[in-house]
Amino acid sequence: MAQAKYQFRYQLKHQIERPISWLGNYLPQLAISPALLLSLIFFYVLAAWVGVLSLTHSTTFAEYSWAGLDQYRQLWNDEFWWLALGNLLKFAPLCVGVPLLLGCFLAILMDQKIRGEDALRTIYMYPIALSFVVAGTVWRWLLAPDTGIEAWLHRAGFDNVQFDWIVSSDKAIYALAIVAIWHSTGFVMALFIAGLRSIDDAVFKAAMIDGASLPRIYWSIVLPALRPTVFSAVLILLPATLKTFDLVMVLTNGGPGRSSILPAYYMFDMFFVRDQMGQGAASGMIILMMCVTVAVPYIMVELRRQRRENT
Amino acid sequence: MKILELVTGKLSFTKLGFSKLAIYVTLAGMAAMFLLPAWFAFVNSLKSLGEIQAGNLLYLPQVWTIEGWRKAWGGACTGASSCAGLAPYFKNSFIVVIPATLLSTLWACFNGYILSKWRFRGADLVFFVLLFGSFLPWGLYLLPLTRIVDWLGLSNSLLGLILVHLMYSLPLTLFFRNHFVGFPDDLIKAARIDGAGLFTIFWRIVLPTCKPMFVVVLIMQFTAIWNDFMFSLVLSPSHAQPVTVGLNNLTNSQTGSPEYNVYMAAAFITSLPTIVVYILAGKYFVRGLTAGAVKG
Repeated sequence: MAQAKYQFRYQLKHQIERPISWLGNYLPQLAISPALLLSLIFFYVLAAWVGVLSLTHSTTFAEYSWAGLDQYRQLWNDEFWWLALGNLLKFAPLCVGVPLLLGCFLAILMDQKIRGEDALRTIYMYPIALSFVVAGTVWRWLLAPDTGIEAWLHRAGFDNVQFDWIVSSDKAIYALAIVAIWHSTGFVMALFIAGLRSIDDAVFKAAMIDGASLPRIYWSIVLPALRPTVFSAVLILLPATLKTFDLVMVLTNGGPGRSSILPAYYMFDMFFVRDQMGQGAASGMIILMMCVTVAVPYIMVELRRQRRENT
Repeated sequence: MKILELVTGKLSFTKLGFSKLAIYVTLAGMAAMFLLPAWFAFVNSLKSLGEIQAGNLLYLPQVWTIEGWRKAWGGACTGASSCAGLAPYFKNSFIVVIPATLLSTLWACFNGYILSKWRFRGADLVFFVLLFGSFLPWGLYLLPLTRIVDWLGLSNSLLGLILVHLMYSLPLTLFFRNHFVGFPDDLIKAARIDGAGLFTIFWRIVLPTCKPMFVVVLIMQFTAIWNDFMFSLVLSPSHAQPVTVGLNNLTNSQTGSPEYNVYMAAAFITSLPTIVVYILAGKYFVRGLTAGAVKG
């Protein structure tokens, strides 16, 4: 009797436990699956859908009539797409290069044991806390020749100064670059300060005892040690530059005319203003390819690091 | 002797003949340039429109007035028929930002914990699927997202926008995953032997110990979502738009001469929450930005 009871309990326990332990074995996979599923849909399936759209004749509505590469042909025949790409070629080097140089320069100065470092850092970095809409609203009036810096300089007696980039069709893109540089330089500086502080003082001292000159020390010790910092700064700045949309929208709205458009703005314009869905999708695919190209070196580094961590 | 002097201090320009004064002058000059827009917005927001039109642009107001602020907050027109200022937009932003920030951070923390502490075959692949998202151009997704939000019947509320922010915050998992890699496995093993499950360990052990990282990501998310313009512009219903869209509407719906004082006050109001967070928690803020950077 007692044995039967025991057996029953034993059976019961196993019947209950088996499904639970099966669930238990796969619990991590189950727990991560919402994130995996949703990111697959929202990052990849939707991108594929836009890719499909770029191969159709869609304009105002999505229609699935095969157009082959027509939309791409049209895109590459559009002078405004070329204008957007040309602008990107002027805009991107400035928005990556200037913050790097200026940020590195400021970081080296900030690293000279100066007073008020925290206050200065707060000042240099506050733009990163601001939305491009706020930055654009203020800079729009600051850069406008009749209300901003130019008007102020004229009143101060410098009558011949011209600073009307924002309303000039061949310089408006540089006005955008000014704001973008102002926005990110402080952040790049913070990265460089962190990089400089991570260099071991002993290395400096050894080099100095060996009689190395200061430029030589900076060139052969500091700069190589800052390579990871430069790498990460570029990897943050470059994709952000490729995606620049808010800034164009708020500061110049692509103007004067359409002279200061960038690819992301072009895509938005095609999608939501000009109802050229197929062509917008085609431009989106090109932007996607540019972003993926930038992502490859990052992925390589992350992979290498993981392998290092796992072994 | 000179070498000894060099060796005792940290490498410094001053000891090699550069004047400390020159460094301070350069840094202060740069600081002035960085502050120019903030100064411009601040002084002009406190002037009357007449004073601005008369040409006082860069100096302190002759007559201080908060009229610009009052109008920007509660009376400026942001469209053809709505003249209630930024106040309703401000409220909408909070409705979106609070749940989106909290949930996205919590979710990223949970995902990072799973991917680093409950290793399974393919965990790294899952991680890359999530991480790669941070490189994708969000503008590409606006069109399909409007369709999906419509289809789900969410185009009349802010819920769609909140969910979209949640989805596109998934790459944040990176921060927590890399943070938890250094978390001792023994602690988790001990808890498992005591019978604690995956969720119990997360609530009782992991979450309380990752507070610093949690705050860092929380602040980053708060800033990013508050400052978002693109998703807000396209995915929020026209009667309930966030404040960045409100500011853009306000400065673009001018009838008559542009009211610079109101615009500048509106810009200030829009950025106030993120600026307050930045000033109060600057250290966390910087740490978040640098933690996102790759180490090569």
